[in-house]
Amino acid sequence: MAGLSRVVEHRAVQYRRTFRSSVFTSFLSPVLFLTAMGLGLGGYVDASGDAVLGGLSYLEFLAPGLLAATVMQSAAFEATFPIIGGLNWQRTFHAMYATPLSPSDIALGNLVWMAIRMAMIASVFSAVIIVLGAAHSPLVVLGIPVAVLTGMAFAAPITAFSATQRTPNRFNVIFRFGITPLFLFSGTFFPIESLPDVLQPIAWLSPLWHGVDLTRGLVLGTVGQQPAQMVAHVVVLVAIVVVSTWATVRMIERRLIRG
Amino acid sequence: MPGSPESSLIHARGLTKRFGSFTAVDGVDFDVAPGEAFGFLGPNGAGKTSTMRMIGCVSPVTDGTLTVRGLDPRTDGPEIRARLGVVPQQDTLDTELTVRENLVLYGRYFGLPRAECGRRADELLGFAQLTERQNDEVEPLSGGMKRRLTIARALINQPDLLLLDEPTTGLDPQARHLLWDRLYRLKQRGVTLVLTTHYMDEAEQLCDRLVVMDKAKIVAEGSPRQLIDRYSTREVTELRFGPGVQERLDGQLDGLADRIEHLADRVLLYADDGEAVAVAAHERGLNPETVLVRRSTLEDVFLRLTGRSLVE
Repeated sequence: MAGLSRVVEHRAVQYRRTFRSSVFTSFLSPVLFLTAMGLGLGGYVDASGDAVLGGLSYLEFLAPGLLAATVMQSAAFEATFPIIGGLNWQRTFHAMYATPLSPSDIALGNLVWMAIRMAMIASVFSAVIIVLGAAHSPLVVLGIPVAVLTGMAFAAPITAFSATQRTPNRFNVIFRFGITPLFLFSGTFFPIESLPDVLQPIAWLSPLWHGVDLTRGLVLGTVGQQPAQMVAHVVVLVAIVVVSTWATVRMIERRLIRG
Repeated sequence: MPGSPESSLIHARGLTKRFGSFTAVDGVDFDVAPGEAFGFLGPNGAGKTSTMRMIGCVSPVTDGTLTVRGLDPRTDGPEIRARLGVVPQQDTLDTELTVRENLVLYGRYFGLPRAECGRRADELLGFAQLTERQNDEVEPLSGGMKRRLTIARALINQPDLLLLDEPTTGLDPQARHLLWDRLYRLKQRGVTLVLTTHYMDEAEQLCDRLVVMDKAKIVAEGSPRQLIDRYSTREVTELRFGPGVQERLDGQLDGLADRIEHLADRVLLYADDGEAVAVAAHERGLNPETVLVRRSTLEDVFLRLTGRSLVE
């Protein structure tokens, strides 16, 4: 634990020096996106009647989904470039390994830092949801840890992958064929029931769909209506995080030992 | 070779590192005594870095015995690393942070309290002559400054054993001399230095004792002076001929010296009296373009042992 916290401390000092440049992408951009889509586009959606979204305004439908999806995007970024930088460019992880810190301290410290970053982003986003009146339940507070859990279901496996790479060339594949399609087709912008029947099971495979559905249940207070499905979401997400955290420790250890 | 796991700071017997079917270090034996400056001299790819990484407990030993301070890297890695200073071949500084932040955060890795890290950072900034740059980011610093910061950082846990992997590779002569001066001061304070280098002048300047490595094995061991005495003559006469002349010498130099080496651009004649060799060459009617008589160096030792130059 002590070693892990030193790694988190290092990441926090780094962040303190660079956070100004990330304020827009982390905090402002998602809020602008929510306002433009939820209020602007939502005005047209709502004009066609509220029956399509089960009585919800478009803003109410979109906001929780976008919370989970925003955290996922941040997770994908945090799990790629800083990891490959620490192992290959600045090699700061190798510097850490020359001290009493262990590979698992380095791996887990970075994952914990990513969770902290995501919690910051989710908190700001949740506050905006509350201010816009799109939260229906005090459970909105639980939307923050669930969004972080969703983000970690991406951060941990992507970190394990990044630890095997020496250049960022393949990251484009993750963003283009992974993050972007999931962002669009995981029930964030429209219910997955709107997808053609053959595509719906694919949405169920998306970790983001599990996160979006669960976050929406909490923010709108409807979580009690389908308890079994909600529990299943948590189980799926936790399973992904546990397995890929183990993989991250193994991959980082292998890479550090190779030099 | 004397030395035991108890009396030596580092003790290696049959130390071996394999990567798959490739053998990087092939059964080497050496001992490093407390307080000495010990060097691994050899060309790139000789196995120096692999040996250093095993001593630093970041690369597992494949075979053989290795103890550091009597501890086994296999089981006591974190404990050994806690009392070690490491200067890696490639800089591993956090270039987005300031000089000072790099030192303080590194101290934190060793579990030192923040105030203590700050106090030691101030002292080390002075030692590395970086006090004026302490609040600057690392990125724009010169190569020499980054190396000095890396050395300062390696000292934050006050180690009595410092591992330096090619500490001055890529630096200009002035920066190298400044670095050597700092390392010499550490040695005088009793810090044990273990370094790798492919510069013979660096090895001669810094090392009390060294081993010459080539193709994963140790081929010779001793002080720089001993090695020169054992494997070379006191002096060397270097003859440089005009284009094409060297190829047509045809034994005209035979018998002039104890040993003759033909390099691509010159001929080296090994003898205790280099001046006499130069005179004798003239008497034979040879007209080299330049004649240089110098003392033997570790470069000559290496050439003798391996048939190749150190820096190719």
